[in-house]
Amino acid sequence: MLEIRDLSLTVSIEGRRVEAVSAVSLQLEAGRVLGLVGESGCGKSLTAQAILRLGEHQGVEKSSGDILLDGNSLFEMDDESLRRIRGGRISMVFQEPMTALNPVFSIGSQITEVIRLHLDMDKQQANARAVQLLHDVGMQDAEQVLKQYPDSLSGGMRQRVLISMAMAADPDYIIADEPTTALDVSVQKRIITLLLNLQKKRNLGLLLVTHDFGLVAEMCDDVAVMYAGQIVEAGKVADIFDHPAHPYTRALMGCRPEVSEPGASLTVISGQVPSPGHWPQGCHFAERCSLARHDCMEKPVTAACWQQGEHIARCLHVDEHDMDDRT
Amino acid sequence: MSVLAVKNVSKTFSAGGMFRASGKGKRAVDHVSFCLNAGETLAIVGESGSGKSTTARLSMRLLKSDTGCIAWNGVDVTSLGGRALRQRRNHIQMVFQDPFASLNPRMKIWETVAEGLRVHRPDLSKKQRRDLVAETLHLCGLDEAGMDRYPHQFSGGQRQRIGIARALIVEPAVLVLDEPVSALDVSVQAQILNLLKELQEAKGLAYLFISHDLSVVSHIADRIAVMFDGRIVEQGRAAEIFEHPHHPYTRALLDARPILHPSQRQNLKSADNPVDKTGEGMADTGCAYRLRCPNVLSDCATFDGQLNSRGFACLHPLSENK
Repeated sequence: MLEIRDLSLTVSIEGRRVEAVSAVSLQLEAGRVLGLVGESGCGKSLTAQAILRLGEHQGVEKSSGDILLDGNSLFEMDDESLRRIRGGRISMVFQEPMTALNPVFSIGSQITEVIRLHLDMDKQQANARAVQLLHDVGMQDAEQVLKQYPDSLSGGMRQRVLISMAMAADPDYIIADEPTTALDVSVQKRIITLLLNLQKKRNLGLLLVTHDFGLVAEMCDDVAVMYAGQIVEAGKVADIFDHPAHPYTRALMGCRPEVSEPGASLTVISGQVPSPGHWPQGCHFAERCSLARHDCMEKPVTAACWQQGEHIARCLHVDEHDMDDRT
Repeated sequence: MSVLAVKNVSKTFSAGGMFRASGKGKRAVDHVSFCLNAGETLAIVGESGSGKSTTARLSMRLLKSDTGCIAWNGVDVTSLGGRALRQRRNHIQMVFQDPFASLNPRMKIWETVAEGLRVHRPDLSKKQRRDLVAETLHLCGLDEAGMDRYPHQFSGGQRQRIGIARALIVEPAVLVLDEPVSALDVSVQAQILNLLKELQEAKGLAYLFISHDLSVVSHIADRIAVMFDGRIVEQGRAAEIFEHPHHPYTRALLDARPILHPSQRQNLKSADNPVDKTGEGMADTGCAYRLRCPNVLSDCATFDGQLNSRGFACLHPLSENK
């Protein structure tokens, strides 16, 4: 199991260290898909990158908490063990298939590099594995693709190549950060199906970082909604969709164009996510929340301030909202 | 009279670099026709490479078409150039997809927004220009206090509002919106779509809305033209296209829309991994969609791809197969 426990991260803004992720806890189990949902600037990508300790050279620091892989802290590992875990046990699929591949190396050399880094294989074996991997991600002319360079592939094909690289060393967990956002809608659907098929076949734990509840509906078993550095709601996907508890979750679901009547004006969340360093003292969402009361602003709201089984929400007034009103 | 009329327009880009003079070109847009009336929204929908952005650029006369003609407000602008074209540009303005790349990072917001005035309102003093910028920013939901700031100080949604203000300041009749919300978060996307609606109602603007996302389009379009491989394969009123698509490609686009609730998930058959051959293939002759089409029959290979009188280009449309 991959467990994020009370993780807080700080970033440097104008010479000051400010908290950007605040006591986040998540659990990713083998065979399950966990969606981490929120707007840009909520800290969801920082959290996801922290799992592989990727933000550190950009000045992201851990101020408290821990990340445990099968009980072992990733922060106490030496560089060699960490390198084996990156790509070996946990790998990552990034958002931008256009920039995540190196334009001056062939697809083949980029895939075999990953394979040989993690598996004890000679060139020929690595090549054979690369062909197999490309087949697994639905590319038919795998031998041909290996010789090509990224610029001759479409966005969807590049994303398939990136997924095949993530699968290269048979990892147990995959972190996918907005894997379909840069793609056409029709290509998105195929990449989603592909990721889900791979996930099921290999019993992967998949962490999906996204702002899109449509993707969550398609893919996730569990959902955690993040707002301004905090998890504001978490639970099973059916509970979150049937009874969204936090006003932010409801608002985010409500502003999707596909849920409102054609032509009607769309529901919006006024204002924007407060940036790190400017979080309010009480509920982080209060200033944008149409249901906010006086007590919301007074003191920090605890993570499981509302709870129903495994479904938790960081909101003082859940029971007063109409729970069946699915915006 | 249409504010924008495009008739039989084609555009071929030559293949290869500058040292490969001849060779087969890529036909990006192939005999495309449509018209756009004041106050309405026509959405051009299709995947990357379908020619929708090229169509937008041809309509704007940012590109010169190989054949066909383009008229703005009934005036043929197909072969206008230079100064004559520049002076008519206030008729039709563009809002780009990427609010991070489309604003000059070294220009203050007010300078960017005021740029169009240099050509179209040279009579204005600096004070008058600043006043007009403030008014236009206000119209787009921005505080005029930000006008002396630089683009990096604004969020994606705010920058898109700035992009809209820049287009609106010369009082165009047509806005060409090239994927205006694709780069934005869902919550911000809703704000921008609402703003576009308000502006359209207030000013009677016509929108040519380019998008790959049918759920966004369902919200804003009166009419839809679906493009595939450089051609319009189906065209009609938005509600009809959503309810009764005729072309199998339109159906495929509709099916690719995100689901609303986990209960709508389709059971995955682990055997059939989606394969890209079916996704990327386009036929050179006959119906371009036939390699992916579930309804394909032998006569599709010789079909000329013309839109019929009912607004679709297909020999075996869905209604007759179901």
